[in-house]
Order: sequence, then structure tokens, then C-alpha cells
Amino acid sequence: MNHVLSVAGATKKFGGLVAVNEVSFDINEGELIGLIGPNGSGKTTLLNLISGALKPTSGNISLNGALISGQPAHKIARQGISRTFQLVKVLPGLTARENVIAGAVFGHTHVWGDEAEELAESLLEKVGLSDRGDSPTGAMTYIDQKRLELARALAGNPSVLLLDEWLAGLNPSELKIGISLIRDLRNEGLTIIMVEHVMDAIRSLCDRCVVMSSGVKIADGEVNQVLADPEVVRAYLGDADA
Amino acid sequence: MSLPTTREWQIAVGGLIVLIGVALVPFFGSGYVLSLTVNIAMYTVLCTAWAMFSGPTHYISLATAAFFGIGTYAVGLGLETLPFPVLVLVAGACAAALAAVVGIATLRLSGVYFVIFTLGLAELVKQVVTWWQTNFTTSVGLYVFTDFREQHILWMLLGLAALVFITSWAISRSKLGFAMRIIGNDETVAKHVGIDTARAKVLLFVISGAFIGMVGAILAPRFAYVEPPSAFNTMISFQVVIMALLGGTNRIWGPLVGVIPFTILMDQMTAYFPNHTPIVIGLAFLAIVYVLPHGVTGLMADLGKLRKRFKLVAANAGEGA
Ligand SMILES: Nc1ncnc2c1ncn2[C@@H]1O[C@H](COP(=O)(O)OP(=O)(O)OP(=O)(O)O)[C@@H](O)[C@H]1O
Ligand SMILES: [Mg+2]
Repeated sequence: MNHVLSVAGATKKFGGLVAVNEVSFDINEGELIGLIGPNGSGKTTLLNLISGALKPTSGNISLNGALISGQPAHKIARQGISRTFQLVKVLPGLTARENVIAGAVFGHTHVWGDEAEELAESLLEKVGLSDRGDSPTGAMTYIDQKRLELARALAGNPSVLLLDEWLAGLNPSELKIGISLIRDLRNEGLTIIMVEHVMDAIRSLCDRCVVMSSGVKIADGEVNQVLADPEVVRAYLGDADA
Repeated sequence: MSLPTTREWQIAVGGLIVLIGVALVPFFGSGYVLSLTVNIAMYTVLCTAWAMFSGPTHYISLATAAFFGIGTYAVGLGLETLPFPVLVLVAGACAAALAAVVGIATLRLSGVYFVIFTLGLAELVKQVVTWWQTNFTTSVGLYVFTDFREQHILWMLLGLAALVFITSWAISRSKLGFAMRIIGNDETVAKHVGIDTARAKVLLFVISGAFIGMVGAILAPRFAYVEPPSAFNTMISFQVVIMALLGGTNRIWGPLVGVIPFTILMDQMTAYFPNHTPIVIGLAFLAIVYVLPHGVTGLMADLGKLRKRFKLVAANAGEGA
């Protein structure tokens, strides 16, 4: 039983709307799982429950056996969960280097001063932003902002990394770069949950995927098997019809 | 993070020279100039302390009068029993305690509620003090008799000014200062990188409140007779906001740029049109919000950027030709 992350019966209600309904799954160390589903099926809400941006209405989430659900986001971050956001969030008033350092000072890692600068430099290089440390971030291109956000999430040396449509909005050549970057992270042994609409990415990266529809988990298993599941196909086609 | 840079040393030395220069005013200036200088020194500390919290958080605090009044009263009540320097520290501690309670209770609220609450706070404390004095003591006011003259008050304020600038600078280089910059940029990100945003804000509010309380303590001898309406004067809260925003809160010395002209303006207004000061304050507020949203220093920075861009464009055009 070395589940890094366990989600058990996680539920989130917004008034009458049940955005996440009794979702359960476990993730093993080093796994890269895809979390897919039609628009509005509750994927982002589920990530919000895991990262602590929202508190679950009911259900438990634990990290390495310790309960984290119900705790505020900063405490969960300190225990080793990092994330990126569906609508990319960089800190526009800070340089690229400072954006990355921000992820390494208060959370799961505590470095400061020269050590933080060195870490930031190596992460910027890793995501393909070497020599861009002093750049103001407000004027960066979309893919560069996404890279920067990933570097900030990695700076916390997370036990689990949550990516919310990190590949969305990239052009085909950028997509290739993005996919190989995530593959590298997986090969280093990082545990990742990626929410994604880009099926090619899911197919080429994930060992396993979880499918949601209207807040409910409708499938969980090996990628090709899950994508051939009639219920999954119906969920997606139903979405296309609508 | 590391040792001060050359530029920071230059600013420090420059600041020290200015400080010494101002400290010599009592030997050369008239009584009027001295009293104006005391006002400027007072608002300099108040505004710099205010900006320490409100600059990065963008929370407009109108609690200045509450902290200031607490400090004044600490001196009024303790003068018989404790030496003055100790009372200044006690005043800082009392204001800090009040700031901690208020901060914990309100900083989870959104900005608008915070403004209203802090405005109400000064009034609340004032009413409580008045009620307590009328019911449990013989008079509504307190006598503050000391040997301090204007110049002594000025020197104490200058000492506190040095301290508040050094503190601001130290915070800006600390993890707390870095956390505040992140919070100011995006609070959601701040939480997700592990920052306890409520704690950071309360901490800064407490430090800022402590300095304001100490100013109130140092100014107490100037009142001679302390009453709730003068100690908890809401006008101080508004003036501090205006001066700090006029100067700009993006630099440590930004508020100072607003303090000097506005203190002189208010001094002239009270001399010639004593009943119209609220109008000036109102107009100044509108002018800042609409014309100078980032203050004078913010405007200077924008102009600097614009000039740089203009030069760049000119250079490119030159190359192209
Ligand atoms: N804070 C909120 N308050 C109220 N309703 C919300 C909130 N957040 C999400 N919802 C609703 O919950 C449902 C699930 O939304 P969610 O953002 O989790 O979907 P998603 O699967 O991430 O969709 P997408 O693929 O479009 O990003 C939607 O109906 C959405 O409108
Ligand atoms: Mg989403």
C-alpha cells in the first residue's frame, strides 16, 4: 500500500450542482495519470479539492497516508502538492527568476538566497527558459508563461504535480516540446495528474487514465482500453452533440 | 538576501545627511518652521509605516487614528509610573496588540469591508475610552506634563523615522517582503506556493500599527491635555492615506514625496481657511484616484519607462534609416 495520493468519495457541491460526485481513485508513486472528461465534468474542481483551493463537501483525500482534505491550500502545498492553473497564472510584477523562486521558499522546499537563485536557474533551463531569468513576465509569450508556471510548480519539489490543461493552446510544434518535457518529468519518477483535452498527449504519455462525466468517475484504467469503453465514447459524443 | 548594494549605501548615506540636516532645524529655524518640521516628520513616519502594510496588500487601512490614539493614551496613563522611553515601547506594544486582534478578525474579509471596519475601529476605541473615562475616572481628559519641547519631539520622531525606514528596507529584502510581493501579485498563487497569506498580512499590519502607536506616544507631550477627540482624530487616518498615495507606495521613500507638499498645504489651509480642510482632503483624494493612481513616484517610474522606450524606438529608426 504505497499510494502517494488517495481520493476517497470526494464530493463538491456548489448549491444544487454536484460538480464532483463521490470520486475515488488511488495513485502509485511515479504514476502519470490522465484526468479527462467533457467540458464542465468537474476536472478542475477535483484538482481544486486536491490542492486545497476548495474544501470538499464530503470525502477524504490523503497524501502519503496523511489526511490533507479540509486543510488550507498553503498547508497542502507545504506537504508536497504543486499545481499549475487552467488559466495560466504568472506573477506579472516579478521577474522570471523570482517567479520560480516563489515556488521554492515557502512550500515543500525551503531555500533562500543563492541556493534559491541556483535552483531557479536550473529549473528555468529545464523548461527551456535559460538566460530568461531577468525577463519581465507580463510580456512573455503564452508558451513561455506556461513553462514558467511549470518551473514554479517544480521548484516546490512536489510529491504530486497537478497539471490543469498545461498543453492547451499550444501550436503543434510547441505541443511536441511540451509533451517531451512532461515525459522527462515522468522519467525522473515524478507522480503527475494531468487534466487534458489533447488526446494524443494522453495516449503518448499516460499509463492510466480516469474519466469524469457530470462529476462522476465513469472509467479508470489503461488508456486505450478506457478510450474504447462505450460509456466513455458516449460521454464524449453526447458532449459533441450538445 | 545579501549585503546592501552600492546604491543602497548611497541612499542610506544621503538619508542620514538629510536626517542630520533636519535635526539642526531647531537651532536655525523659527518656531513656525520648527512646528511645521515636526508635522512633516510625524506624517513621514505615519505614512511610511502605513505604506509598509497597505502598499503591498492594497488594503486601505483607516485604523491609523486608533493606533495613534492608543499610543497617546499609553503615555497619558503611564507618565506618573514609567519613564518616557519605556512608555513609547509600551505604546508600540499596545497598538501592535490591537492590530493583531483587528487583523485576525478582518484580514480574511475583502478590501471594502476592511476599509469600513478600520474606519469604525477608531470611532469604537474613541467611544470606549470616553465611556471609561466618564464612568471610572474624574475627567474626560488626561494631563501630559513633560519637559519635552518641540525640538525634543522632533529628534525623537527623526530617530523613529530612521527606524521605520530601516525596518521597511529590511522587510523588503526578507522572506516576509517577498511573500507580500507575491500576495500583491496573485493571492491564489501565493497560497499554492505555501504562503500563509493571512499570517503574513497580520504580521505586517502589526509591525505597521506598532510604529503608528509609537508616533502617538511621542506626540502626546505636544497635546499637554489629551482628550479622545484629539487623540483619536479620524482626520489623521484620511490624511495619511492621501499623503501616502500621493507620493506612491511602490518605493520605501515614496510616501515622503507626498508628505512634504501636503503637510505644507494643510498647514496653509488651517491657517487661512480653517473650515475648509475637509474639502481639500476630498478634492485631493479624487485627484489622486483619477490623475495619479500610482502616486508621484509611480508616475516618475512610468515616465522613465516611456522615455526608455522612446529612445529605443528612436535608435531603431536611426538604424533602419
Ligand atoms: N466556484 C464555483 N462555483 C460554482 N460553480 C462552479 C465553480 N467552479 C466550477 N463550477 C461548476 O462546476 C462544474 C464543473 O466545472 P469544472 O471547472 O470543474 O469543469 P472542468 O471539467 O474543469 O471543465 P473544462 O474542461 O471546461 O475546464 C461546472 O458546471 C462549473 O460551472
Ligand atoms: Mg477545467
